[in-house]
Amino acid sequence: MKETSLQAGLILAGILFCLGLLSLLIRRNFIFMLLSVEIMLNAAGLAFVLAGARWGQPDGQVMFLFILAMAAAEVSVGLALILQLYHQLKSTDSDAATRLKDEP
Amino acid sequence: MNTAFYIAAAVAILSTLMVITRYNIMHALLYLIVSFMAIAVIFFIYGAPYMAVLELIIYAGAIMVLIIFFVMMLNLGAETAVQEKSWMTPRIWFGPALLSVILLSELWYLFYTEPATPFEVKTIDPKAVGTSLFTTYLITAELAAMLLMAGIVGAYHLGRQKKKIQHRFLEQSEE
Repeated sequence: MKETSLQAGLILAGILFCLGLLSLLIRRNFIFMLLSVEIMLNAAGLAFVLAGARWGQPDGQVMFLFILAMAAAEVSVGLALILQLYHQLKSTDSDAATRLKDEP
Repeated sequence: MNTAFYIAAAVAILSTLMVITRYNIMHALLYLIVSFMAIAVIFFIYGAPYMAVLELIIYAGAIMVLIIFFVMMLNLGAETAVQEKSWMTPRIWFGPALLSVILLSELWYLFYTEPATPFEVKTIDPKAVGTSLFTTYLITAELAAMLLMAGIVGAYHLGRQKKKIQHRFLEQSEE
Protein backbone atom coordinates (compact mmCIF):
# COMPACT_ATOMS: atom_id res chain seq x y z
CA MET A 1 0.00 0.00 0.00
CA LYS A 2 1.08 3.57 -0.61
CA GLU A 3 2.20 6.08 1.94
CA THR A 4 -0.44 8.10 3.68
CA SER A 5 -0.85 10.34 6.67
CA LEU A 6 -3.32 10.21 9.50
CA GLN A 7 -4.50 13.81 9.67
CA ALA A 8 -7.19 13.72 6.99
CA GLY A 9 -8.73 10.60 8.52
CA LEU A 10 -8.72 12.05 12.03
CA ILE A 11 -10.27 15.28 10.72
CA LEU A 12 -12.98 13.18 9.08
CA ALA A 13 -13.65 11.46 12.42
CA GLY A 14 -13.80 14.89 14.08
CA ILE A 15 -16.24 16.23 11.50
CA LEU A 16 -18.51 13.22 11.84
CA PHE A 17 -18.40 13.47 15.64
CA CYS A 18 -19.27 17.17 15.51
CA LEU A 19 -22.17 16.48 13.13
CA GLY A 20 -23.50 13.84 15.53
CA LEU A 21 -23.07 16.22 18.47
CA LEU A 22 -24.88 18.99 16.60
CA SER A 23 -27.72 16.66 15.72
CA LEU A 24 -27.99 15.55 19.36
CA LEU A 25 -28.17 19.17 20.48
CA ILE A 26 -30.77 20.39 18.00
CA ARG A 27 -33.16 17.45 17.78
CA ARG A 28 -36.11 16.89 20.09
CA ASN A 29 -37.21 13.52 18.74
CA PHE A 30 -36.01 10.55 20.82
CA ILE A 31 -35.25 8.39 17.79
CA PHE A 32 -33.18 11.13 16.15
CA MET A 33 -31.24 11.57 19.39
CA LEU A 34 -30.46 7.84 19.42
CA LEU A 35 -29.29 8.09 15.80
CA SER A 36 -26.96 10.97 16.69
CA VAL A 37 -25.39 8.89 19.44
CA GLU A 38 -24.81 6.18 16.84
CA ILE A 39 -23.06 8.69 14.54
CA MET A 40 -20.83 9.84 17.40
CA LEU A 41 -19.93 6.28 18.46
CA ASN A 42 -19.10 5.43 14.88
CA ALA A 43 -16.83 8.46 14.56
CA ALA A 44 -15.01 7.43 17.73
CA GLY A 45 -14.59 3.93 16.32
CA LEU A 46 -13.20 5.40 13.11
CA ALA A 47 -10.60 7.29 15.12
CA PHE A 48 -9.65 4.06 16.93
CA VAL A 49 -9.22 2.11 13.70
CA LEU A 50 -7.14 4.91 12.14
CA ALA A 51 -4.89 5.07 15.18
CA GLY A 52 -4.48 1.29 15.03
CA ALA A 53 -3.54 1.55 11.33
CA ARG A 54 -0.95 4.23 12.17
CA TRP A 55 1.05 1.79 14.30
CA GLY A 56 0.18 -1.33 12.30
CA GLN A 57 -1.25 -3.01 15.38
CA PRO A 58 -4.62 -4.79 15.75
CA ASP A 59 -5.44 -3.05 19.06
CA GLY A 60 -7.43 -0.26 17.43
CA GLN A 61 -9.59 -2.78 15.61
CA VAL A 62 -10.19 -4.72 18.83
CA MET A 63 -11.38 -1.50 20.44
CA PHE A 64 -13.71 -0.94 17.50
CA LEU A 65 -15.16 -4.41 18.12
CA PHE A 66 -15.93 -3.39 21.72
CA ILE A 67 -17.51 -0.15 20.54
CA LEU A 68 -19.65 -2.21 18.16
CA ALA A 69 -20.80 -4.49 20.99
CA MET A 70 -21.54 -1.49 23.19
CA ALA A 71 -23.49 0.23 20.43
CA ALA A 72 -25.60 -2.88 19.90
CA ALA A 73 -26.41 -3.16 23.62
CA GLU A 74 -27.09 0.58 23.85
CA VAL A 75 -29.45 0.55 20.87
CA SER A 76 -31.48 -2.37 22.19
CA VAL A 77 -31.91 -0.82 25.65
CA GLY A 78 -32.48 2.65 24.19
CA LEU A 79 -35.19 1.43 21.83
CA ALA A 80 -36.92 -0.40 24.69
CA LEU A 81 -36.84 2.81 26.75
CA ILE A 82 -38.22 4.84 23.84
CA LEU A 83 -40.99 2.26 23.44
CA GLN A 84 -41.96 2.63 27.10
CA LEU A 85 -41.89 6.43 26.85
CA TYR A 86 -43.98 6.28 23.70
CA HIS A 87 -46.59 4.13 25.44
CA GLN A 88 -46.77 6.62 28.29
CA LEU A 89 -46.55 9.92 26.41
CA LYS A 90 -48.02 8.96 23.02
CA SER A 91 -45.28 10.95 21.28
CA THR A 92 -41.53 10.81 20.62
CA ASP A 93 -41.04 14.43 21.74
CA SER A 94 -38.46 14.58 24.52
CA ASP A 95 -40.02 17.79 25.85
CA ALA A 96 -43.18 15.84 26.68
CA ALA A 97 -41.33 13.93 29.43
CA THR A 98 -41.69 16.59 32.10
CA ARG A 99 -43.09 14.69 35.07
CA LEU A 100 -40.01 15.39 37.16
CA LYS A 101 -40.57 19.12 36.74
CA ASP A 102 -41.82 21.04 39.76
CA GLU A 103 -45.41 22.14 39.72
CA PRO A 104 -45.59 25.92 39.30
CA MET B 1 -5.59 5.71 -2.63
CA ASN B 2 -5.84 9.34 -1.57
CA THR B 3 -8.51 9.97 -4.21
CA ALA B 4 -10.50 6.98 -3.00
CA PHE B 5 -10.19 8.23 0.57
CA TYR B 6 -11.38 11.74 -0.27
CA ILE B 7 -14.34 10.47 -2.30
CA ALA B 8 -15.42 8.15 0.51
CA ALA B 9 -14.92 10.93 3.08
CA ALA B 10 -17.03 13.34 1.02
CA VAL B 11 -19.79 10.75 0.72
CA ALA B 12 -19.66 10.10 4.48
CA ILE B 13 -19.85 13.79 5.38
CA LEU B 14 -22.59 14.58 2.85
CA SER B 15 -24.78 11.66 3.87
CA THR B 16 -24.31 12.48 7.57
CA LEU B 17 -25.32 16.07 6.81
CA MET B 18 -28.42 14.71 5.10
CA VAL B 19 -29.13 12.58 8.21
CA ILE B 20 -29.11 15.56 10.52
CA THR B 21 -31.21 17.75 8.26
CA ARG B 22 -33.99 15.33 7.21
CA TYR B 23 -37.45 15.74 8.69
CA ASN B 24 -38.67 12.26 7.79
CA ILE B 25 -36.97 9.72 10.04
CA MET B 26 -37.01 6.94 7.46
CA HIS B 27 -35.04 9.09 4.99
CA ALA B 28 -32.54 9.90 7.74
CA LEU B 29 -32.08 6.19 8.50
CA LEU B 30 -31.45 5.35 4.85
CA TYR B 31 -28.88 8.16 4.56
CA LEU B 32 -27.22 6.89 7.71
CA ILE B 33 -26.79 3.48 6.05
CA VAL B 34 -25.00 5.23 3.16
CA SER B 35 -22.77 7.00 5.68
CA PHE B 36 -21.85 3.69 7.35
CA MET B 37 -21.03 2.18 3.96
CA ALA B 38 -18.71 5.10 3.16
CA ILE B 39 -16.97 4.61 6.52
CA ALA B 40 -16.61 0.90 5.71
CA VAL B 41 -14.77 1.93 2.52
CA ILE B 42 -12.46 4.10 4.63
CA PHE B 43 -11.75 1.16 6.95
CA PHE B 44 -10.88 -0.89 3.90
CA ILE B 45 -8.51 1.80 2.64
CA TYR B 46 -6.78 2.00 6.01
CA GLY B 47 -6.07 -1.73 6.06
CA ALA B 48 -8.89 -2.99 8.26
CA PRO B 49 -10.98 -5.28 5.99
CA TYR B 50 -12.45 -7.22 8.93
CA MET B 51 -13.76 -4.03 10.52
CA ALA B 52 -15.17 -2.91 7.17
CA VAL B 53 -17.17 -6.12 6.92
CA LEU B 54 -18.32 -5.87 10.53
CA GLU B 55 -19.36 -2.25 9.99
CA LEU B 56 -21.54 -3.38 7.10
CA ILE B 57 -22.99 -6.44 8.82
CA ILE B 58 -23.55 -5.10 12.33
CA TYR B 59 -23.99 -1.32 11.94
CA ALA B 60 -25.55 -1.00 8.47
CA GLY B 61 -27.21 -4.39 8.70
CA ALA B 62 -28.32 -5.32 12.18
CA ILE B 63 -28.56 -2.05 14.12
CA MET B 64 -30.10 0.02 11.33
CA VAL B 65 -32.61 -2.71 10.46
CA LEU B 66 -33.54 -2.88 14.14
CA ILE B 67 -34.21 0.87 14.23
CA ILE B 68 -36.09 0.79 10.90
CA PHE B 69 -38.36 -1.97 12.17
CA PHE B 70 -38.85 -0.05 15.41
CA VAL B 71 -39.91 3.07 13.48
CA MET B 72 -42.27 1.00 11.37
CA MET B 73 -43.71 -0.54 14.54
CA LEU B 74 -44.38 2.90 16.06
CA ASN B 75 -46.12 3.85 12.79
CA LEU B 76 -45.51 7.56 13.33
CA GLY B 77 -47.15 8.93 10.20
CA ALA B 78 -46.65 12.07 8.15
CA GLU B 79 -47.53 14.57 10.87
CA THR B 80 -44.30 13.84 12.77
CA ALA B 81 -42.30 15.10 9.76
CA VAL B 82 -44.32 18.33 9.85
CA GLN B 83 -43.75 18.58 13.60
CA GLU B 84 -40.04 17.95 13.10
CA LYS B 85 -39.97 20.71 10.48
CA SER B 86 -41.59 23.16 12.88
CA TRP B 87 -38.91 22.39 15.50
CA MET B 88 -35.97 23.01 13.16
CA THR B 89 -35.92 26.78 13.21
CA PRO B 90 -32.63 28.70 12.80
CA ARG B 91 -33.08 29.97 16.35
CA ILE B 92 -32.80 26.37 17.55
CA TRP B 93 -29.84 25.19 15.52
CA PHE B 94 -27.70 28.32 15.17
CA GLY B 95 -26.15 28.35 18.66
CA PRO B 96 -25.19 24.65 18.85
CA ALA B 97 -23.91 24.78 15.25
CA LEU B 98 -21.68 27.74 16.05
CA LEU B 99 -20.25 26.04 19.14
CA SER B 100 -19.66 22.76 17.26
CA VAL B 101 -17.88 24.60 14.46
CA ILE B 102 -15.65 26.38 16.99
CA LEU B 103 -14.71 23.06 18.62
CA LEU B 104 -14.10 21.46 15.23
CA SER B 105 -11.86 24.28 14.05
CA GLU B 106 -9.85 24.00 17.26
CA LEU B 107 -9.40 20.30 16.62
CA TRP B 108 -8.44 21.03 13.03
CA TYR B 109 -5.85 23.57 14.16
CA LEU B 110 -4.39 21.11 16.69
CA PHE B 111 -4.05 18.38 14.07
CA TYR B 112 -2.38 20.60 11.50
CA THR B 113 0.10 22.34 13.78
CA GLU B 114 1.83 18.98 14.28
CA PRO B 115 4.01 17.93 11.33
CA ALA B 116 2.53 15.10 9.29
CA THR B 117 4.25 11.74 9.69
CA PRO B 118 3.53 9.62 6.62
CA PHE B 119 3.34 5.89 7.19
CA GLU B 120 2.78 2.73 5.20
CA VAL B 121 -0.69 1.25 5.45
CA LYS B 122 -0.34 -2.40 6.39
CA THR B 123 -3.37 -4.65 6.04
CA ILE B 124 -4.18 -6.33 9.34
CA ASP B 125 -5.94 -9.60 8.69
CA PRO B 126 -8.78 -10.98 10.86
CA LYS B 127 -6.45 -13.59 12.31
CA ALA B 128 -4.27 -10.95 13.98
CA VAL B 129 -7.36 -9.21 15.35
CA GLY B 130 -8.77 -12.47 16.69
CA THR B 131 -5.46 -13.43 18.29
CA SER B 132 -5.22 -10.05 20.00
CA LEU B 133 -8.87 -10.20 21.07
CA PHE B 134 -8.58 -13.59 22.75
CA THR B 135 -5.15 -13.20 24.34
CA THR B 136 -4.36 -9.58 25.29
CA TYR B 137 -7.94 -8.37 25.55
CA LEU B 138 -9.55 -11.55 26.90
CA ILE B 139 -10.97 -9.91 30.03
CA THR B 140 -12.36 -7.03 27.99
CA ALA B 141 -14.01 -9.53 25.63
CA GLU B 142 -15.67 -11.17 28.64
CA LEU B 143 -16.78 -7.77 29.89
CA ALA B 144 -18.29 -7.05 26.46
CA ALA B 145 -20.12 -10.38 26.67
CA MET B 146 -21.51 -9.40 30.09
CA LEU B 147 -22.55 -6.02 28.68
CA LEU B 148 -24.43 -7.72 25.84
CA MET B 149 -26.11 -10.03 28.37
CA ALA B 150 -27.16 -7.00 30.43
CA GLY B 151 -28.43 -5.41 27.23
CA ILE B 152 -30.58 -8.45 26.45
CA VAL B 153 -32.02 -8.62 29.97
CA GLY B 154 -32.59 -4.87 30.09
CA ALA B 155 -34.28 -4.77 26.69
CA TYR B 156 -36.51 -7.69 27.65
CA HIS B 157 -37.45 -6.12 30.97
CA LEU B 158 -38.12 -2.66 29.56
CA GLY B 159 -39.82 -3.81 26.39
CA ARG B 160 -42.30 -6.06 28.19
CA GLN B 161 -45.88 -4.86 28.25
CA LYS B 162 -47.01 -4.15 31.79
CA LYS B 163 -49.88 -6.28 33.05
CA LYS B 164 -52.96 -4.28 33.84
CA ILE B 165 -53.73 -4.42 37.55
CA GLN B 166 -57.27 -5.67 38.06
CA HIS B 167 -57.84 -4.26 41.54
CA ARG B 168 -60.34 -1.53 42.03
CA PHE B 169 -58.46 0.43 44.72
CA LEU B 170 -55.18 0.28 42.84
CA GLU B 171 -56.99 1.25 39.66
CA GLN B 172 -58.41 4.27 41.45
CA SER B 173 -55.11 5.39 42.88
CA GLU B 174 -53.69 5.66 39.38
CA GLU B 175 -54.57 8.88 37.64
